[in-house]
Amino acid sequence: MIALSDYLILGAILFSISVAGIFLNRKNVLILLMSIELMLLAVNLNFIAFSHYMNDLAGQVFVFFILTVAAAESAIGLAIIIVLFRRRHTINIQDLDSLKG
Amino acid sequence: MNNISADIQLAIPEIFVFSMACVILLVDRFTHERMPKVSFLLTQATLLIGFYLSLVATPTADSVKAFNDMFVLDGMATLVKLTIFFLTFVVLIYSQGYITERKMYRGEYFVLILIAVVGMMVMSSASHFITIYIGLELLSLSLYTLVAMNRHSDMATEAAMKYFVLGALASGMLLYGMSIIYGATGSLDVGSIRNAIQGMQSDEVMLIMGVIFILVGIAFKLGVVPFHMWIPDVYQGAPTSVVLFIGTAPKVAAFAFIMRLLVDGFQALAVSWSDMLIIFAVLSMGLGNILAIAQTNLKRMLAYSTISHMGYFILGILTANPNGYSASLFYIIIYSFTTLAAFGLIIMMSSAGFEAEEISDYKGLNKRHPWFAFLIAMVMFSMAGIPPTVGFFAKLSVIQALVDVDKYWLAVIAVLFAVIGAYYYLRVVKTLYFDKPETSEPISANIGMQFVLSINVIALLLIMPWIGVIMDICSDAISKMG
Repeated sequence: MIALSDYLILGAILFSISVAGIFLNRKNVLILLMSIELMLLAVNLNFIAFSHYMNDLAGQVFVFFILTVAAAESAIGLAIIIVLFRRRHTINIQDLDSLKG
Repeated sequence: MNNISADIQLAIPEIFVFSMACVILLVDRFTHERMPKVSFLLTQATLLIGFYLSLVATPTADSVKAFNDMFVLDGMATLVKLTIFFLTFVVLIYSQGYITERKMYRGEYFVLILIAVVGMMVMSSASHFITIYIGLELLSLSLYTLVAMNRHSDMATEAAMKYFVLGALASGMLLYGMSIIYGATGSLDVGSIRNAIQGMQSDEVMLIMGVIFILVGIAFKLGVVPFHMWIPDVYQGAPTSVVLFIGTAPKVAAFAFIMRLLVDGFQALAVSWSDMLIIFAVLSMGLGNILAIAQTNLKRMLAYSTISHMGYFILGILTANPNGYSASLFYIIIYSFTTLAAFGLIIMMSSAGFEAEEISDYKGLNKRHPWFAFLIAMVMFSMAGIPPTVGFFAKLSVIQALVDVDKYWLAVIAVLFAVIGAYYYLRVVKTLYFDKPETSEPISANIGMQFVLSINVIALLLIMPWIGVIMDICSDAISKMG
């Protein structure tokens, strides 16, 4: 039997990996998008685990909403990356430094 | 089974604005080449009718819930919605010329703004984690797109990318916090969460952790230190007309957002979140005001000034009593009207192919156009909080709220940083009046816009006798919260 805490620990690990991915990644913007996606999935895991162990469906309904919004979010993220690539011919994070101060 | 038609009646403004966004998207397909004005006029009409509908949609009781407690209509929601409609209406009047010159005068621009407005309305009326989240994302996703709207600008796309990544991170934090709260209380409904927390120990680890994550999410969205990194970049990089929008209506919506989560939901945990807000407030007032001194770009300077203003704004909320909430509401409304004038003036000074962004672009404006110079000076006085202007009363009301709960040291810090802040606002005034102009080109601006802007700025000065009325409206709205 897998306990609730196991799911929560897995969720927390995934969440930390994704946050680390956003802050440590110095190379590619696409990896940022992956980290964001992973972060939302970690949250979904949490919701489903709670929802299952508490026998309450609301959490699973919330997951559907998060999945939908995540899809819209990546669509917009990819669109911004395309515009960025057209302007600069690179999607390297280190090159995103024209705004400073 | 609830009475569905009664539910729908309460949400009519939201439904109307959203349907109109879809209609405008469709109509624009047929009219954008021959009659580009149609979408703009339709949008403005939608905002006006939406304003009217929100005004008459007042519920019978102080606070009415609908759609299985997912939606709530109370005095606070109505006031916030009316302010949002009004602000967006003026924002579009100001941006009209600017977006035409920069080839952004397209149907999408107006549709995205309307969808953002729906997002803000949902946020201010949400009483369930799902509706809060959906409202927030409707707003954020439209804003990311609006920032990237000027596809020919390097800076705008970079700003959009940064905004997107940090905004998504903030949503992730908020959601993680929500999931923990859901686990701790077993509910997603703000009202039931409130009841569940009252029956628990207030130092429960799960609850505290959830509140911390939610606070971090809120702090990112508000842009308070240490989660402020995106604000200067977005304000500098994004098209000024979009900054005008981001800097005004969403700030008022953010107030409603905080009230729904922290006050409606976690009032019992006020001891924990109010301490964290103190840290945010002190850091924002300090860092925002000090870093603004070093800026040479006016938009970037106003961005740091926004950060410091957000610090003052949360001073009222952290007192955790209705008096403080209404002071914060008053502050944020005054602040958004002042920002409206500030960015409106930047837009008016800009012309096709020229952005009046650098402070040095304003050298000796008094000799070129004394009236504009006077308007900018008045806005700067109001931002700094110098007496006859409304900015002073806004600062006074939050500091008064602090003194009422005996947080004297915090009030002293707030006043000290306000003095530091006055330096860089007054530096702009000095540039306007005492520096030598570098060009003598006349400033051409649309007469209609000049007129509206002048009224906007004069209102910041002459509203003084009615300050008490506005304060009463704010405290009345707060007292009618569910």
